[in-house]
Amino acid sequence: MSLITPLLEAHKLAGGKLVDFSGWQLPVHYGSQIDEHRAVRDGAGMFDVSHMTIVDLVGESTQDWLRTLLSNDVAKLQHGQALYSCMCNETGGVIDDLIAYCLGDNRYRLIVNAATREKDLAWMKEHLPDDVELTTPANTALIAVQGPNAFEKAGSALKIVRGVGLEPGSIKRFHAQYDNEWFIGRTGYTGEDGVEIALPAGQAKALWDALLAAGVKPCGLGARDTLRLEAGMCLYGLDLDEAHSPIESGIGWSVDLRDETRQFIGRETLAEQMQFGGRYVRLGLQLDGRGVLRNGQTVQLVGKDIGTITSGTFSPTRQQSIAFARVNKSFHGHCDVMIRGKPMVAHAVPIPFVHKGVAKAEELST
Amino acid sequence: METPGDLRFAASHEWVRLEDDGNITVGISHHAQEQLGDLVFVETPEIDRVCEAEEGIAVLESVKAASDIYAPLGGKVIDANPELADNPELINSDPYGDGWIFRIKPDDSDAIESLMSPDDYEAYAESSD
Repeated sequence: MSLITPLLEAHKLAGGKLVDFSGWQLPVHYGSQIDEHRAVRDGAGMFDVSHMTIVDLVGESTQDWLRTLLSNDVAKLQHGQALYSCMCNETGGVIDDLIAYCLGDNRYRLIVNAATREKDLAWMKEHLPDDVELTTPANTALIAVQGPNAFEKAGSALKIVRGVGLEPGSIKRFHAQYDNEWFIGRTGYTGEDGVEIALPAGQAKALWDALLAAGVKPCGLGARDTLRLEAGMCLYGLDLDEAHSPIESGIGWSVDLRDETRQFIGRETLAEQMQFGGRYVRLGLQLDGRGVLRNGQTVQLVGKDIGTITSGTFSPTRQQSIAFARVNKSFHGHCDVMIRGKPMVAHAVPIPFVHKGVAKAEELST
Repeated sequence: METPGDLRFAASHEWVRLEDDGNITVGISHHAQEQLGDLVFVETPEIDRVCEAEEGIAVLESVKAASDIYAPLGGKVIDANPELADNPELINSDPYGDGWIFRIKPDDSDAIESLMSPDDYEAYAESSD
């Protein structure tokens, strides 16, 4: 079975090369993944992310429940504010990573991964209290507009389609604005400014076309991957999984232990790892020579295996291959990565690899 | 993109052109470069390397994946495209021209007849899409 988004025809019209992604037909690129990547770093690009699962939660104990379900603490959210969190199992392994938006008292919206939809919903329902209602809105499209000019261009497109645009500064970073079926979050997965817009499926094509007319470049899953990697963001299934904790995957900052009375699932393991460290750490690597680091390659330090690459790519911004490595000890300086049986020299670099479109000078000079 | 009529194609998506001097030039098809996406690195074979037909002798790395390139005929490598080191994207922009990858002096240039014609290849590429 192949799932399609309300924008399938728009992708075909734009020359999108469609691939299967977790059962969905989605464009991997529309010609050149690197051009799309650059459009987001330099101007504005848009992604159809309608495949992602929206979970709406409402009911008296929603906040209390989410505080037990998620490793980050939703109690710190004001209305309209969002946070990134993992949903962990009892041993601190990551079931999924997600964005949680607080829409009001005991009213939340989660956006979770498409590939993990069924197990996420099963896990949530297994732990769901009677007074919390869980729904997954159907007939909704989700369009991410990303890049330094994204907010302004999204505003002009929204003005055409809805009659209401976006006032400059009207939505702060990691906040959302919403009414009825329209939801605009100033969030994203590229390391750039931008918005993620949930809207009725029937209006998706109109917004897409208005964004096109505003000069926003359609971007595929390929660019989405290189952008998120440069920005230091994890991809579930590669960099995150149930066998490793958020701390071992380099996102320990999303685990909030401050409220000692908050008994969330996985807390025991995570608290212990926070104090004593986990079995692994995540390091950023950059390859010194030519070639591309990829998932599954072995990382060696003086001839000894110390871990593997969880995701790697060619960074269009840095013009070198970059990767996340899951290794059993941190190190500075050089290591080897086995590419097609040969050790290739790489070196540790700080994550994110690219910040606001710029590869940091001190990293490039190493 | 138009497929030049003087080419032959391997099932692994390499094209082959028999040159006047009896040597062959090898690259990858338009269809193959489209599948791979933006190329960022090319590992060409060493000159004088002796290879058998269907032996992997070059590697293409795109943003998406790494892919072996096979020698369509057995013989000796006599040249590799020096431009690809700095401009791997030539394979995307001009797969049948400036994006050629290597040249081989084949042991038996008649063996080229066993490869697919442009028409056969196009049908094959479409069905394998």
